[in-house]
Amino acid sequence: MTQEMVDKIKNNPKYQKLVSSRSSFAWTLTIIMLVVYYAYILLIAFAPEILGAKMGSGMTTVGIPVGIAIIVFSFAMTGIYVKRANGEFDDLLKEVKKEIEGEMK
Amino acid sequence: MFGKVLSLFMLASAALLASGDIAGGTKAEQLNIPAIVMFFIFVAGTLLITYWAAKRTKSAKDFYTAGGGITGTQNGTAIAGDYMSAASFLGITGMVYLKGYDGLIFSIGFLVGWPVILFMISEQLRNLGKYTFADVTAYRLQQKQIRILAALGSLSVVILYLIAQMVGAGKLIEILFGLDYEYAVVLVGVLMVAYVAFGGMLATTWVQIIKAVLLLAGTTFMSIMVMAKFGFSFEELFTAATKVHSKGEAIMSPGGLVSDPVSAISLGIALMFGTAGLPHILMRFFTVSDAKEARKSVFVATGLIGYFYVLTFIMGFGAIVLVLGDHSGAGGISQYWDTATNALKGENNMAAVWLAHAVGGDYFLGFISAVAFATILAVVSGLTLAGASAISHDLYANAFAKEGVKVSEEKEMSVSRYATFGIGVAAIFFGIAFEKQNIAFVVALAFTIAASANFPVLFMSIFWKKLTTRGAVLGGYIGLISALVLVILGPVVWSEIIHADSLKAAVDAVKATGADAAAIAAAKAQFIKDTAIIPYKFPAVFSVPLAFIAIWFFSVTDSSADAARCEAEFDAQDIRCQTGIGADGAVDH
Repeated sequence: MTQEMVDKIKNNPKYQKLVSSRSSFAWTLTIIMLVVYYAYILLIAFAPEILGAKMGSGMTTVGIPVGIAIIVFSFAMTGIYVKRANGEFDDLLKEVKKEIEGEMK
Repeated sequence: MFGKVLSLFMLASAALLASGDIAGGTKAEQLNIPAIVMFFIFVAGTLLITYWAAKRTKSAKDFYTAGGGITGTQNGTAIAGDYMSAASFLGITGMVYLKGYDGLIFSIGFLVGWPVILFMISEQLRNLGKYTFADVTAYRLQQKQIRILAALGSLSVVILYLIAQMVGAGKLIEILFGLDYEYAVVLVGVLMVAYVAFGGMLATTWVQIIKAVLLLAGTTFMSIMVMAKFGFSFEELFTAATKVHSKGEAIMSPGGLVSDPVSAISLGIALMFGTAGLPHILMRFFTVSDAKEARKSVFVATGLIGYFYVLTFIMGFGAIVLVLGDHSGAGGISQYWDTATNALKGENNMAAVWLAHAVGGDYFLGFISAVAFATILAVVSGLTLAGASAISHDLYANAFAKEGVKVSEEKEMSVSRYATFGIGVAAIFFGIAFEKQNIAFVVALAFTIAASANFPVLFMSIFWKKLTTRGAVLGGYIGLISALVLVILGPVVWSEIIHADSLKAAVDAVKATGADAAAIAAAKAQFIKDTAIIPYKFPAVFSVPLAFIAIWFFSVTDSSADAARCEAEFDAQDIRCQTGIGADGAVDH
């Protein structure tokens, strides 16, 4: 990649929009994931009795639905990201590529 | 050539099985005919795939990445296959069986790394890399030093993970197929070398996909059978389990596995960031055509892995009730109980396998045994390919290539095949040496190293403009060495392996007093705790931040010309990372 092309792409407004919106989206989702997981881990470390509390009169503890929910949540998060990235972001990327190709000709 | 080799393998394995029957005698169980038949069908099928793949594996790109033509869904299934290892299937089910809820904590830790991989590194890897993750870390840094570091990190993880798989394979085959442990380990080693050396990534991927489908089908059936026995009520399953288990209601809560806060957080860091540093997993992102397919891979993989972990939880509890709580053996005890060792036959990791028998009889036991064996074969193949790539692509073709001389593709591929053979021999050796270790913890150790040595350098090379070669190299080695040292000084290696003799003496002394099983276990735990220099099984909480700090410190204090060059080249790297421009087709660094 030539320096000229690097500068062109870097200064392309659509490219800037793509990079900033995708990275803020990715970081937001990452932080949510980290918060959810470490909240769970810290709960295990400092207050295991919360997860060990029985739900109602049976044997099932709070920790069981919480654990299963984290698994389902993780999958849902990947779905949310892939949907937006493979749709909106990839469309934007296509436009960026088209503009750059036009400029380089 | 391949046909000959194929028939030779079949003959050799048949001979091994036959000799195991005689030599096994009292040690191994009787021959399991349905399991052997199903296993041979699997081996024959996968060797045919290898034959087909071998004809299509002509270039280095074919060998390392299956030509980049795997779809996102296929790759996601193969990633799930790589991840649903014997350690997951047998180890996690065994852990749920042994400790209840704690098994779920492990499962969640193994899973939550995936969304983060998707958000942070999957498409970046696809856009920047070619064959190995070192292609990414070495993109703008000095090739030689970075690749040596990456290769050492990869090989350490590969060898540790291989140990876990080989030990699982040996024990499983010894019990299920009536073959001696050593022969079983050799058989696995020979087959994995055959898949990888001849069929490369294409064969490895398809072996992985087939095995993932078989494993998911088998475990789904097993879970449905378990739930059917309890009227599809979790409450009834849990109630029955707490009645049978010696820990009683404690199995429903977080327990002794992660006993203190530091251990819990450290486990979380190791599992989450370790996943993002596993070379055989990272390599899979180079088999797809573009970023879109790379993302789709993670989506499919996360769904399948998450589903599988829910099943292991059901199976673990099912095993407590139906395996531990079985009464059909002599004297009304469980038929799966070994009265000589006063433990489950084949120890706790066999819980899933005996559950298969309890819910589906001999034929289903045979099926699950064959699937478990297939699982091990598929995972060790992926690991072997990653290890061989580190040797041939990172070390031979790049780090140690003469200045200005380009290593020919033929030469690189032939080196990768020798490397495959070498890793096979090492895996067999370590598999035999580590026979008695808990396989779930060995995997956790591999994760610690992946999280401390591979992940920080990879992450910083993608995102941090001011990263310099010096920072990456020193930080990476500090991560690697601190992980290794802390693990060696920790309870598993230091107390249970290095001080195995005094541990045994301490336990025997308590046994001699006529103490019960609980007192003996407590004495053992106490000895391990007292002997270990570092009391944590997962030292990632120390080694990962240490690596990041070292990378930062040695980069910002680096004022060399090379540091300025690395920074100047970041913009071009970042554009390729963001857009994939330049990543398609033949790419040379």
